[in-house]
Amino acid sequence: MATSKDTGGQRQTSRRTEEAEETEAKSTEEVQERHEKLSDDVDAILDEIDEVLEENAEEFVRSYVQKGGQ
Amino acid sequence: MSVLRVMGTETEYGISVPGQPGANAMVTSSQIVNAYQAATAARARRARWDFEEENPLRDARGFDLARESADSTQLTDEDLGLANVILTNGARLYVDHAHPEYSTPECTNPLSTVIWDKAGERIMAEAAERAATIPGAAPIQLYKNNTDNKGASYGTHENYLMRRATPFADIVRHLTPFFVSRQVICGAGRVGIGADGRGVGFQISQRADFFEVEVGLETTLKRPIINTRDEPHADPEKYRRLHVIIGDANMSEVATYLKVGTTALVLSMIEDKFLDADLSLDAAVADLRAVSHDPSLRRLVTLRNGKKMTAIQLQREYLELARKYTEDKFGSDVDSMTADVLDRWESVLNRLSEDPMQLSRELDWVAKLELLEGFRVRDGLAWDHPRLQLIDLQYSDVRQARGLYNRLAAKGRMVQLATEEQIRRAIDEPPEDTRAYFRGRCLRQYAESVAAASWDSVIFDIPGRESLQRVPTLEPLRGTKAHVGNLLRRCRTAADLVSALTGQPE
Repeated sequence: MATSKDTGGQRQTSRRTEEAEETEAKSTEEVQERHEKLSDDVDAILDEIDEVLEENAEEFVRSYVQKGGQ
Repeated sequence: MSVLRVMGTETEYGISVPGQPGANAMVTSSQIVNAYQAATAARARRARWDFEEENPLRDARGFDLARESADSTQLTDEDLGLANVILTNGARLYVDHAHPEYSTPECTNPLSTVIWDKAGERIMAEAAERAATIPGAAPIQLYKNNTDNKGASYGTHENYLMRRATPFADIVRHLTPFFVSRQVICGAGRVGIGADGRGVGFQISQRADFFEVEVGLETTLKRPIINTRDEPHADPEKYRRLHVIIGDANMSEVATYLKVGTTALVLSMIEDKFLDADLSLDAAVADLRAVSHDPSLRRLVTLRNGKKMTAIQLQREYLELARKYTEDKFGSDVDSMTADVLDRWESVLNRLSEDPMQLSRELDWVAKLELLEGFRVRDGLAWDHPRLQLIDLQYSDVRQARGLYNRLAAKGRMVQLATEEQIRRAIDEPPEDTRAYFRGRCLRQYAESVAAASWDSVIFDIPGRESLQRVPTLEPLRGTKAHVGNLLRRCRTAADLVSALTGQPE
């Protein structure tokens, strides 16, 4: 009995560790999934932004010169 | 108090005429202001700005700077004849230095501030559209940002009405670490490092690299984290106006809402002497920049007491204090907006510490970073590629069709707190719960008789009266709809109004 209890205890400990590992793996997976979903989503908006971006980025950015303010 | 407080924002917009980098910005800025004014209800007469109560050289530390020793850019009370108008929504639209500037009317809470701040973007967009209809005029483009990435910066300021009795040293001590850390929430994001933007990379804030000292009166050079300008535009015995110059121009409504909401909460804790913990930093100016330069948000700052923490942790210290403060002070009677600011503040900090990219629909710097990373990955662009700098700039373009923030918002990709209806209304209508109501309504009803106006006065030129009639408005919470709504309805002319106010027959 004592042995099986110990074993059970050990088994329980290892199960807890496994669960923690699983949770961790799952949350990493979730973050990854979220990132993948996000990037699909972002790709669609990038195409749209291509349409509205000013032409000749280099020249446009270079000629944006401001006087200092407050 | 809580998040409820008299407050407002003022924004200098970036201005350019594509293809004409040499265009005189004072002239183009005036064209913007004049084009809008010519098209609005207040056109009947050009009401001047009344400079009588302006004291840009008064220092909150208790002395006045001699005019001779002031830099000419500090003399903001000299009427240079630059375009300067008061709108029917109670706002001021004018040329400050070489930028068109919009100052919101006085608001009483963070959501109203968001609404009238957004109305300012729409006003600028409309002004530019109208300016472009003038025959021969080259199109002028306006940006709600804070730097040209070539060494120049222009400001987005916040104003908070505070009790005069609060020692300024307390404000400096408790607000400095808060300002150094709040950029993780309200930074607008920037491509380029250093004032001239030559350093390669992305940083959280537009403004951080332009700040050089911890406390000071200047706003155009040696910019300080805490600005000491002391022009209350209200009864100076009772009030001070805290003039905050360190913030970024935000397109995101959540960012503006949390920026002014959390700051208002910290100010309340300072006024009520609730803060005794000292979160002072060892090197605030260096920390401000270091935090901005680390979008991973892991950078540690060192407190004077030796503790090290991230900007998120520092914000959490303030959040926890604010939770305790509102619990002690209001318990379950806390107003709903204060409760909402606290909850959003906590939620944003939690998600920032977990994975900042979760905030791409709420915070400007994250929304911008997500777009930039998207382009980097898709097109293999390095951080110094001009297209990334263009995306940074065009994010803040005020046009609905071309501004990248506006495109994201139109796609439902940004969390919005105000309705389109509220923003459209705020273009013409003043807030009803401050003196801006009186100012705005006078401009609407008696435009022909208003000779000048300012934050703390409306001046009438009444036919038959020899001198101008100045109506002081030194109490920001008087002149509300509840206070003067009936009076204004009753008085058909400005003469009726002045008679009623002075108790003298015409």
